[in-house]
Amino acid sequence: MANTTASGGDFTSNLGRIYGIYTGGFIAFIILMAILSAMGVPNRIIGYMFVGFTIAIYAVIGILSRTMQVGEYYVAGRRVPAIYNGMATGADWMSGASFVGMAGTLYLLGYNGLAFVLGWTGGYVLVAVLVAPFLRKFGAYTVPDFLSARYGGNLARFIGVIVLFSCSFTYVVAQIYATGIISARFLGLDFNVAVYVGLAGILVCSMLGGMRAVTWTQVAQYIVLIIAYLIPAIWMSTVKTGVPIPQLMQGQALQGIIALEQAQGIAVSHVTPFVTGGYDALNYFLLILCLMVGTASLPHVLMRYFTTPSVREARVSVAWSLLFIFILYFTAPAYAAFAKWTMLDLVASGLTPDNIAEKAGWMFRWAAADNALVQICGKAAVDAAAVAAACAEKGVTGALAFKDISLNADMIVLATPEMAGMPYVISGLVAAGGLAAALSTADGLLLAIANALSHDIYYKMIDQNAPTARRLVVSRILLVLVAIAAAYVASTKPADILAMVSWAFSLAAAGLFPALVLGVWWKRTNSTGAVAGMIAGFAVCMYYLLGTRYGAVGFYEMWSGLSTASAEAVQKFADLKAAWEAAAPDAKAAAWTALDKHAQTIASWWGVKNLSAAAFGLPVGFAVMIVVSLLTKAPSQAMQDFIEEIRIPRGKTVMEEKTA
Amino acid sequence: MATPDRVSYWTKTRNLMIVMMALWVFFGYVVHMFVGSLNNIVILGFPFGYYMAAQGSLIAFVVMLFVFAGRQNAIDEEHGVAED
Repeated sequence: MANTTASGGDFTSNLGRIYGIYTGGFIAFIILMAILSAMGVPNRIIGYMFVGFTIAIYAVIGILSRTMQVGEYYVAGRRVPAIYNGMATGADWMSGASFVGMAGTLYLLGYNGLAFVLGWTGGYVLVAVLVAPFLRKFGAYTVPDFLSARYGGNLARFIGVIVLFSCSFTYVVAQIYATGIISARFLGLDFNVAVYVGLAGILVCSMLGGMRAVTWTQVAQYIVLIIAYLIPAIWMSTVKTGVPIPQLMQGQALQGIIALEQAQGIAVSHVTPFVTGGYDALNYFLLILCLMVGTASLPHVLMRYFTTPSVREARVSVAWSLLFIFILYFTAPAYAAFAKWTMLDLVASGLTPDNIAEKAGWMFRWAAADNALVQICGKAAVDAAAVAAACAEKGVTGALAFKDISLNADMIVLATPEMAGMPYVISGLVAAGGLAAALSTADGLLLAIANALSHDIYYKMIDQNAPTARRLVVSRILLVLVAIAAAYVASTKPADILAMVSWAFSLAAAGLFPALVLGVWWKRTNSTGAVAGMIAGFAVCMYYLLGTRYGAVGFYEMWSGLSTASAEAVQKFADLKAAWEAAAPDAKAAAWTALDKHAQTIASWWGVKNLSAAAFGLPVGFAVMIVVSLLTKAPSQAMQDFIEEIRIPRGKTVMEEKTA
Repeated sequence: MATPDRVSYWTKTRNLMIVMMALWVFFGYVVHMFVGSLNNIVILGFPFGYYMAAQGSLIAFVVMLFVFAGRQNAIDEEHGVAED
């Protein structure tokens, strides 16, 4: 895997063997860890070895793939075969949140959580049919590249960069945050130190080799994360049903859950649609729409398809990507169902404050790590006395009910091995998998941001004559700067950051999707229309996101006619408002907090959650783009020919870059 | 390449796109609107409405994409615009 093109070809033809050996080696490593663990090596050492070994492998791949060629740095030389690009996209796509949080969300929300499963897979249909093959034919290095060529000029490019930056930066902060959490929990590092350790892991993969290094580490990371996800699910399925196919045996788990739920007197079942978590049917479907369209607009996903050797391979590669993503996403509901069944069984066996230590000691350990993670009777379950006191206060006597125990969504995957009584090796493996998921997504995102800044802003807008060597140096410096900025933001533990990740989908959907799709499918779209539509869609989406979250009181008052608040909620708003106005100066702040908190629950247009802000931004973006285009001059003949050209797979890429 | 060829190429490509989008709407949305009644059918322990959202639609998406890649490639070759 040296720098020259010739040996790069060798490497490509040997891919199957290389990754086969790698997978076998990883499995052998897991077995070795199990043996060491059985021989009495302490858990902490096992945890260190899992994390240290996997990161070392990524670093070696990153260093071997270093490059000084522009084409290699930006698009991996366009030599990545469809199936490997699919695997890399899988790792790129599945974030720390998917790995760590999704099964937990499904555990808590039941059917309604499936909106995420559907939304994060169905979007690939849009990617394959509407967008990716055409961008590949065009031959872009970045998504704004395409916008600039199609909509003639740097204004469209600049807006593209702004949208890209706003959706990718919060996303990368969340990934670094996740690496920090996992390293802190499993390595016992201080969170602030752990964040910078995670940062080092990310940089070593992406800085030296750009897209080329990221591609080959992402393939390696996919293999780690999928093994780590499947093993606990298979384990639980085998223990509970005797059959090691969790996806199939999920049916039995669901029946087990339904029976135990009825015994517990839980009215809203795991499989009941449109009740839990505030998702009525409208919000359920709008969330699916926003996640799907967002998928087809997120630059770090689209740019993966710039690396395939041909347009045909780009299409096949999207199918492979979805297959690899599907393997995790159709396991997640099974994972959640088995975890819930295990918990319900535990509760049904007669759980009391006195026997928790013996039956479920993990609860105390997780609650001790962070009070919010495990709560029983509304208080942190740190020990038997605390649980007994909290339950006595709430009037719960005798055995605990399922509803008395609340688990945090983010701990469920990480704690499941302990919950189901698996050996510590599996916990170490899950930690390595979570880390792989977070690191691989962070790499893709950082590269998307740094490439947009270096290629689009620096090279295309500031210095068109910059020599290749300088472009790559600038790109690497920007990558490091963005990474450090993101790590710094993550180290401040911003409370809202995880919620903002879901915003990225809405922002990308509203800001980019209409311009990308109409740019290919409707020749009449012109620059004025595209620019107006991108600004309008993005602005409406941003206004709704920020307005309902950070300016809820003002937003509600301005749009109270569109709110779906009940009469009581409206009355409560009026009461709180009056209380705030009447409050003494020193009580003002508290009264405002109460008012704002309530306003956030009712500030909306037709009850749409702010997670689905693209439900407004997307149609506005399309409408403005179409209307303004029709009102202004049609694109030139040259532009129409350009569109003809990207619609046809045959021939060279439209954009030829100077590469030396 | 002759112009009529390009027109017919794009017509076929567009029709395939429309079919794919219709299937996408069906598996992404329409089938889940009937989750309430579908849940009354239970297969291997799965309420069917739940099954479609947890696995059924996902499988459909994966199959659709492989079929799409094959079909579109056939259209490319038929019109002589496939890559060499």
